[in-house]
Order: sequence, then C-alpha cells, then structure tokens
Amino acid sequence: MVQTDLIKDPHVLTGKLHWGVIPFHDPVVAPVMFAAILGGLLLVAFVTYKKLWGYLWNEWFTSVDHKKIGIMYCIVALVMLVRGFSDAILMRTHQALSTSDTFGEGYLPPEHYDQIFTAHGVIMIFFVATPLMVGIMNVIMPLQIGARDVAYPFLNSLSFYLFLVGALLVNISLFVGEFAAVGWLAYTPLSGIEYSPGVGVDYWIWALQISGIGTTLTAVNFVATILKMRAPGMTMMKMPVFTWTTFCANVIALVIFPILTVAIAQLTLDRYLDFNFFTNDDGGNQMMWVNLIWAWGHPEVYFLVLPAFGMISEVTATFSRKRLFGYVSLIWATIAIMLLSFLVWLHHFFTMGSGASVNAFFGIMTMIIGIPTGVKLYNWIFTMYKGRVELTASMWWVIAMLITFTVGGMTGVMLSIPANDFVLHNSMFVPAHFHNVIIGGAVYGYFAGFTYWFPKATGVKLNETLGKWSVGLWFFGYFFAWVPLYYTGFDGMTRRLQYIDNPEWQLPMYIALIGVVLIAAGIGTQVVNIAWSLYKRNDPQYKDVTGDPWDAHTLEWYTTSPPQFYNFGDVPHINDRDPLLDMKQKGIAYKRPEKYSRIHMPKNTWAGPVLGLLTLPMGFGFVWHIWWMVIASVAAIFACWVKLNFERDKDYYVEVPEVEEIEGKFLKSNEGRNYYFEKNAKYYKKWKPSDQNDSTVVAK
Amino acid sequence: MTALTNDHDLHDHDDHHHHEAEAADRYVFGFWLYIISDCLLFSTLFATYAVMGQNFANGITPKELFDLNFVAVETALLLLSSFTFGMAMLGANVENMAKTKFWLIITALLGLSFLGMEIYEFVHFSHEGATPQTSGYWTSFYSLVATHGLHVTAGLIWMFFLFIHFNRDGFSNENKIRLSCLSLFWHFLDIIWICVFSFVYLRGAM
Repeated sequence: MVQTDLIKDPHVLTGKLHWGVIPFHDPVVAPVMFAAILGGLLLVAFVTYKKLWGYLWNEWFTSVDHKKIGIMYCIVALVMLVRGFSDAILMRTHQALSTSDTFGEGYLPPEHYDQIFTAHGVIMIFFVATPLMVGIMNVIMPLQIGARDVAYPFLNSLSFYLFLVGALLVNISLFVGEFAAVGWLAYTPLSGIEYSPGVGVDYWIWALQISGIGTTLTAVNFVATILKMRAPGMTMMKMPVFTWTTFCANVIALVIFPILTVAIAQLTLDRYLDFNFFTNDDGGNQMMWVNLIWAWGHPEVYFLVLPAFGMISEVTATFSRKRLFGYVSLIWATIAIMLLSFLVWLHHFFTMGSGASVNAFFGIMTMIIGIPTGVKLYNWIFTMYKGRVELTASMWWVIAMLITFTVGGMTGVMLSIPANDFVLHNSMFVPAHFHNVIIGGAVYGYFAGFTYWFPKATGVKLNETLGKWSVGLWFFGYFFAWVPLYYTGFDGMTRRLQYIDNPEWQLPMYIALIGVVLIAAGIGTQVVNIAWSLYKRNDPQYKDVTGDPWDAHTLEWYTTSPPQFYNFGDVPHINDRDPLLDMKQKGIAYKRPEKYSRIHMPKNTWAGPVLGLLTLPMGFGFVWHIWWMVIASVAAIFACWVKLNFERDKDYYVEVPEVEEIEGKFLKSNEGRNYYFEKNAKYYKKWKPSDQNDSTVVAK
Repeated sequence: MTALTNDHDLHDHDDHHHHEAEAADRYVFGFWLYIISDCLLFSTLFATYAVMGQNFANGITPKELFDLNFVAVETALLLLSSFTFGMAMLGANVENMAKTKFWLIITALLGLSFLGMEIYEFVHFSHEGATPQTSGYWTSFYSLVATHGLHVTAGLIWMFFLFIHFNRDGFSNENKIRLSCLSLFWHFLDIIWICVFSFVYLRGAM
C-alpha cells in the first residue's frame, strides 16, 4: 500500500501527497470539486477580462482601511456560511435517510459523515461567526468612537489574511486529502497520531492555529483602538454599547486565544514529535486537553455573543426611537458576563468525574451567568416599551433573537444542573441547546447588525420585504429543525450518529429536514437580497445619501455612506452617550465646522497579503510533511518581515482643500432634514427619558 | 461648549511632535497588551507543567538531573542582562548612542550565554535519558523551558535588527519605540524565568 508507506515515511519532495488523496471517485465530493475549480477559473477569467486585478490589489487587497478589511471579512464569512450550511444539509438529509426502512443506511459512509460534522462545527464557529462579527466590528467600531482607523492598521490587514489562510486550508482539505473526523474540538486521544494517523487532524491544527493567531492580533488591535483612540470627550461611560461589547469581547479574546495556541501547539508536538501531552501512556493526560480546549472554548462563545448583544442594543434603541433603557446596567452586565465566562468551562464535562464539589461550583457559576444575560433581555424589552417601535427588517431580527435566545438560555440552565447533565450529556439535546443560543443569540444579532449597518458600509439599503422574509424563514426553520432534536435528545439519541437504529426517530428527523430546507430558503433570500439591493444601488429607494438612513443616535451615522477613507472630516467633541442625537437636538448636527485640519493617514501596504498568504504554503507543508516547503515559507516570511521593518514612508496627509470639497457635498445632502423627534414632536414632549444628567432630553 | 468645537484630538494632529508622542504611547500600550497574551501563553504552559509534574512514567526524574548550581549561573546571567538592559535604557534617555549600544551588546552577550547554557543543559539531559518523549513530565518540562528559550532567541534577533536600525536612523521616534518595547519584552522574560526557576528547578530538585 503506497498510502501507508507515505504516512510512515514521507517523500522528500511531495511528503505524504499522492494522487490517491484527491477524491476523483467520490460521488459527493468530486462534482463539488469540479464545480469549485470551474467557478474559480471563471472568476479569475472575469477579473482578468475586466482588467480588475490592479484595482483589486490597490484598492482592496493591500488596503489597511478598516472598512474595506471589514467588508472582506464579511464576504469570506458569507461564502463560508454557504459551505458550512451545505454540511448541515448533508447531515440532516443523511440522518433523515438513515432512519428509514425504505432508504436504509443513508448515503454517507461513516468516515465521511464524521468529517462533515467536524467541518460544519469548525467552519461555522471559526470561519463564519467569528469573521462576520470581526468584519462588522471592523467597519463600525472605529466609526462609533470617531477614530480614523484602528490602532495598528497593518496588523489588521495581517489578521485578515491569517484568518483567510485558515479558511483556505479547510477548503483545500475537502479536495486534497481529508478533514479531521474527530468533532470540532478534536478531543484527545482520538485526535492523537495513534487513532488519527491521517492528515485530517493536521488540517484542523494548522487552520485553527494560523487563524487563531490572527484573532489574537485582532484582539490586541481592537482593545488598543478602543482605549486609545476615542473622540475627545468620549469617556468610557459615554461609549456606545456596541463598542463596549466589542471591547469586552476582545478582552476575552486577548486572554483566551493564547490558551488555544498552546493547546494546539501541544497537540502538534504530540502528533509530529511523539511528545506525551495527551497520550494514553507515558504519563500523558487526556483530560488536560479537554480542560484546556474548553478553558478557551467557553469564553469563546461569549466572545461570539457579546458583540451580538451590542448590535441588538443599537438596533433596538434606534428603532424604538428612544434612548437605550438602563445603559449602565447593560454595561455592567456585559462586564459581569466577561468575567464569569472564565469560570464555567467545566460544565462541558461534568461527567469527567471531578467530584460533587467541583461540579456544583461550575454548575452554580453557569446558572449565575444567566443573570446578567437576563438583565440584558429586560434592557431591550424596556427599551421597546413605550417606544415608537418601527418594525424594520433589523428589528424583526431583534424580535426573533429575543424569543429564540430566551428558549436557548433556558435549556442552558437545564444543562447547567450537573445531575441533569449526566442524563443529557452527549445527547442531541446538547447540540439543540447550543444551536439555539448561537443561532438565536449570536447569528440573529449579527444579521440584525448586518441589515442595520449594511447602508453604512455600502451606501445601499437592503430590501425590507426580502429581509423580513429571511427572518421569518430562519425563525420557523430554526424551530422546525431543532425542536424535534430536543425531543430525540430527551429520548436518548446521542450526538454524531451516522446510523440511527430507532425507527421512532424517523418522524423527528423528517421534521428537522423541513426546518433545514426553510433555513436554506432564508439564506437564499438573504443572498438574493444583497445582490438585488446592490443592483438597485442608484434607485432612490435604496441609495443612502444622508449617511444616516435610520435617523440614528451614534457617531457612525455622522459621516457619508460609505464613509470616506478618512472617516470624518471633523471629529466632534462628544458630550453625550448618544452624540448624534445630542447634536441633532441642539441643531448642530451636519454643520460645517469652523475649520478643517489636514488628516494623517496610513498608506496601503503589500505586507499584509504577502506575509499572511505565505503562511498558506507553510501550513500546507506542515500538513503533508513537505519540509522544504515549510522551510522556504518560513524563510520568506522572515525576509518579508525584515523588509517591512526597514521600510520608510508609511503614512501621508490628506490636505484641507480635498477634505473641504468632499465634506461640502455631504453636508449639503443633509440640509433641511426633519428628525424623528421633530416629526413626532407631540409624543416626545410628554416623555421624560434618559438617566443622564448632562444631556438634554428628547423634548422641545 | 458646542459639539463642533474643533478639538485637535491626538490622532489627526498637525503637530509633528504631538503625533510622534501619540504614536509612541499607542505602540507601547499595544505591546503591553501583547505581553498580557504572552502571559496567558506561559500560564497555560505552567498549568500543564503543574498537571504533569509527577508523570514520570517510570523514567528518569528531575531530582536525579537538576543541578541547582548550574541553574543559579543561568539565572544570574539573565537577571544581570535585565540590569544591563536598564543601563542601555538610561543611555537612550539621554540619547547617548555609544552608551546605549555598549550596554545592548553586553545584554546580548549575557543573553547568548544564557541560551548556550540552556542548550547545553538540554543536550546533557537528553544524553542522560530525559528527552521530551521520555514521559509526560519531560514533555511539559521541555515545552515550558524551551518556549522561554525561544522567546529569548527572538529577543536576541530583535536586538540584532535594532542595531541595524540604530546605525541607520539613530534615535528616531520609531527606534525609541522599538527599544522601549524590546525592553518590556526582555524584563518580562526575566520575570517568566524567575517563575521557571522557582516552580520548575527549585521544586524539581527538592
């Protein structure tokens, strides 16, 4: 057997690679592979034909503009969403077919099915949820605090490419070799070399290691940006809620991603150099892996969900036409969640046998973390209470989130009771719970934010009707897909089953299949919506000329849509938690400042894409044990790093006349606007909002 | 105060010096954040070491191998290098290039000697039958101590390039930022080493 020989003794030039690793004969993968190659070639041909390479390289790939990097994050996230969701469709159809007498055992062999659920988890968390969130943060957070860019623009670009390399490695694994078949967190010793001798786990290792380092860099960048680059007058307690949640989320990331880096490095050493961290014998400790990976993994889910809470807060306040209810309590709830998130990881393995006291501690901590989360739900509900709620598509997402996330939170409290968990551990109940909170909490939040800020990023509003259809399809799709699985979980069905031998679970599987079809329609509607709205970009109904299509409260709406490369012609002094609302009330919003000054900006750099993408051959070489490729890539990375270090001339100034010309046009488009509190003056007279002493009230 | 007061906030200030001071502040602050993440990296390795501290798998134990005198010299070298780096910083504060470079060279030599001793120690241990593959204990020992060693190596490479930067641009703003960050990094590694010395060597030799 050529294959096993190569695994034990890789070839000098090609490592473990040989023609057999490319799945030409796989009826599921081969067509996808040919379609992907064809699609890729068509895309390249199109870009070449339209002579767009120069434009893409100069305006996008080498850009250090946080808005463009953010948009690139979102594009990759949406592409990966389609990839990850196809895995979901495969699993749902397979399980539906493998419980039935008529269809027999489904159509996916076990080793393939195992790769699919692993890839699904990895892609959805690392390459969909994370980048979608980081993308939105990138576009919006610096605008909310009145900064010209993030603290370290080059580092931001590098982070993006490291993430992109991770995503590429996962996709390459589909066509060259295999992906891990060990579950998304690659529990040892299954993921060790003894039980997983193939390259699947190595793909997992390098995809996560490279993109994880990117996330650490992003965390450093965003924390520094928020702490160091706020507009004058914006104290911490005047920061917008989304910026606050971004801050807390990135503090979490800063602290936890090194744990992931070390844990993966340890697994790497185990697999490549026969170290004994997680092995069965020679003094290894398998449960240490589970502890380390969840010490990272549980805060990670709060890293994902906190910014979504921020997005929900912004959307709710804007469309309830009120200030946010209980700003201070919401901030402290966020901080509490941030701190508590480090103290709950053990609830993922109550059954490990740590003893009653340890389990009780982590069970109680898990229940406690529900309290600040509950505080937030009431914040949003009371913001809507007595507001003049406008049911836009993003508000629909908020309402879908409030309902779905609450259900998910309650099943979480059920799981937090160790005695319950001994029954439910590893059952379908667990995936049903975490999909409930991640889809219902994080993803709906991102979609609310995505819909809300889409006009800011692109200058085009999304179609409201299509938007509401996707909310509806997702909402009902979610419950169709997962309520049956809650039931089968209670009934004893374990996770990750490739074959289901209980005919009673056939009906639930069919219902779940209907759910996944509904969600597919929801995603389809979103894709159509984006394409259609961009197509209609010059239609007055879609085009955003004011830079403030929703008549909102925060600073990101105080500039053009999309914002100029320098963000703000003039950064105002901040006197209020809702600075734009404050300025609108005082009648000084969108007015020409006394004078503009020249603006200091970073230049684009080749280094982000080049340095970042060089980690791709490095990772690929490591996966296949092609050592010359590893050495060459590392040497090239080092050389580029040195070259970058000795470069001068990294910044430039935008001169006043240019700023004046651009800003003049923009301010004109905002002349004579009527704000919501003026249109509904009667209503706002009666109402005494605001828990702030220093701000004027929304009343005449 | 109107909202449109043209506050010249730091990051779009015209004034060159103001801009430089802001950049220095921002970059050094970012480096502190990086150090936080590095702290967590080492904490994880220390935690691993704590978990695996007794997993000898019938192999050789640290008690049989550790030579505290040897480690004391290593420690002295590294602590002294922190002191000499401080001297280099004093030189930089008064923009005395000769003094800065002299003390940096001394620091680099001390760092190199430390690294040489560490490599010698690893080779010696391996000959005595304690390789990373021997047992869980030695796996965690080597990964922790070598990660510190790799950081020291990175610091030395950084020092080398900083020298070239100094030769090219002298005490430019960027070079001062580089020196400040390297200084933070070097002292941080010292603190980590004190932990390694106490938790690994002292405890292992007991």
